Amino acid sequence: MTTQPPLIRIERVTKRFGDFTAVNQIDLDIRQGEFFALLGASGCGKTTLLRMLGGFETPTEGRILIDGVDVSTVPPYERPVNMMFQSYALFPHMTVEQNIAFGLQQDKMPKGQIAERVKAMLDMVQMSQYAKRKPAQLSGGQKQRVALARSLAKQPKVLLLDEPLGALDKKLREQTQLELVNIQEKVGITFIMVTHDQEEAMTMACRVGIMKEGRIAQIGTPFEVYETPNSRFVGDFIGNANMIAGAVTGGEGADWTIASSDLGCTITAHHEEPLPNGSDVTVMVRPEKMSIGRQPVAGAINTVSGRITDIAYLGDMSIYHVKLAGGARLQVSQANLRHGIGGRLEHDEEVSISWHPGDSVVLLA
Amino acid sequence: MSARGTLKQKVGRFLVALPPYGWLVVFFLLPFLIVLKISLSELQAAIPPYKAIFAWAEDGILQLRLNFGNYSYLFSDELYALAYLNSLKVAAISTALTLLIGYPMAYTIARSPARYRNPLLMLVVLPFWTSLLIRVYSWMGILKNEGLLNSFLMWLGIIDSPIQIMETNTAVYIGIVYSYLPYMILPLYATLEKMDLTLLEAAADLGCPPFKAFLKITLPLSMPGVIAGTLLVFIPAVGEFVIPDLLGGPDTLMIGKVIWAEFFDNRDWPVASAVAVAILILLVVPIMLYQRNESRAEAK
Repeated sequence: MTTQPPLIRIERVTKRFGDFTAVNQIDLDIRQGEFFALLGASGCGKTTLLRMLGGFETPTEGRILIDGVDVSTVPPYERPVNMMFQSYALFPHMTVEQNIAFGLQQDKMPKGQIAERVKAMLDMVQMSQYAKRKPAQLSGGQKQRVALARSLAKQPKVLLLDEPLGALDKKLREQTQLELVNIQEKVGITFIMVTHDQEEAMTMACRVGIMKEGRIAQIGTPFEVYETPNSRFVGDFIGNANMIAGAVTGGEGADWTIASSDLGCTITAHHEEPLPNGSDVTVMVRPEKMSIGRQPVAGAINTVSGRITDIAYLGDMSIYHVKLAGGARLQVSQANLRHGIGGRLEHDEEVSISWHPGDSVVLLA
Repeated sequence: MSARGTLKQKVGRFLVALPPYGWLVVFFLLPFLIVLKISLSELQAAIPPYKAIFAWAEDGILQLRLNFGNYSYLFSDELYALAYLNSLKVAAISTALTLLIGYPMAYTIARSPARYRNPLLMLVVLPFWTSLLIRVYSWMGILKNEGLLNSFLMWLGIIDSPIQIMETNTAVYIGIVYSYLPYMILPLYATLEKMDLTLLEAAADLGCPPFKAFLKITLPLSMPGVIAGTLLVFIPAVGEFVIPDLLGGPDTLMIGKVIWAEFFDNRDWPVASAVAVAILILLVVPIMLYQRNESRAEAK
């Protein structure tokens, strides 16, 4: 598996606009057939990186290889890459059919073959009955499908997607997410998507690259970046997290004792690598990894108590905001498994929170 | 409130619509009706130099005397048909030249960095601050045999004797193209400037090199501007009088000059009016085409 060279190799790529460094020395390999998501807040450089892959920007330093060929300075019209634009960029004076055929005509494909391919593409995105329409006569979701069909028509080695679902409303977005993944699996083309929506990245991508200030903060599967973030930034960025600051006071095997001034007590956390005594660390615990109740859980290693200040009822689950005696605040989420009213925790109730040392992550950065 | 609105609203709407309609009636419709009336009257050597078309007959009956002779006269002398055709030819060539020169200019301005666009547009419009007449006279200074252009070319040694440009059709073309260029550039700029440039990125992404993308994407999308600019130049160029009169020669036959000659040289107001009405009808077709294009663009 690992012997296969990556389809895309980004080597120490830097892009500067004047004094501003949009992308800073990024190294990244993407394998054939992967669905990769670049995730980050706006201005983190993810779109610039995507545009360099598409050929719309040239790297200031470093190089980009696609299938072993250096394409850093190859213009977009000569790259084996297609892009789906955030605004879709459908040609307003052409019909749906003509839009999809446009790229194929540039390749001088015979007319009959073009017609066949266009038909197949329209079938794939279920837009056959709209073939003769102009983009202005389509809804947002339909435009998105046409844009996808147009960018896939040339069967590129890589498809770049810039916020592909950004312009759709929430319901349609969720539906389209899975559809896109299905299409990706069917065509087997490598997808690289840029998004600021972590849920979208987690749902769709095999691997996620989280970007911050022009650099990649962490790369991993959705599971890895959520369960084992490598920094406070990633832990905070993906999902909700309780960040508990503390200092290491001792350890036994992989279990470390950490004195937390936030909580006013010592807690135990699991960490494979050795931690020097006295070093400052952050212990991250996800809200759903904690349990909350009126009584402390018997035998729990980490237990703190506090008072509920807020309850966000989301239907399937509730998020409890708990203020501890020392003033620190924790978030705990719990599935609303039972229909009962009596057992529900109420505002201002004194509660006990506990979690397993193995469910916490020790962060050094 | 009813769908039709209250009486007060109706009066309000009427008052708002009154000034523009009033303006058109007073300054366009009435003068046109007067010209139309003169064109249907008979010539007489008096002041005014035409007979009234309404007259009281002896027994108190109002007579309406219409003389279509002025119109049939336009067909009898081939001068008029030639002048019409020549006007159309001059206007068409001038418009084509204006488009060829104006499109690259509009394109360059529209694609310049945003902070340069307004100053550049200002430069396009700047000549309007000077009277057309003065600008056309300046061209006479440039184009005449002992003018700037000929002196310069002779100084360079490219020519030995002056080229005759003044009082030729070439001078008329130069004058019209120069004077009407802003009318071509402005609508072209407006359509090119609002074009979504990601469309060109999309075209490049799909394998289309820049020049081909211009032909396939930019040019078709700028057609509304091309049509608007073409009509804005073509329609007034057909009836142009000042430029052919000052820069053109005796063989420059244009309908504007014919009207002038009928009015002031021949003092034949009825025929002059008939020519004027005919040219208006000739121009109504392009104007209607233009308006249809506009309303179609709005409907989109």
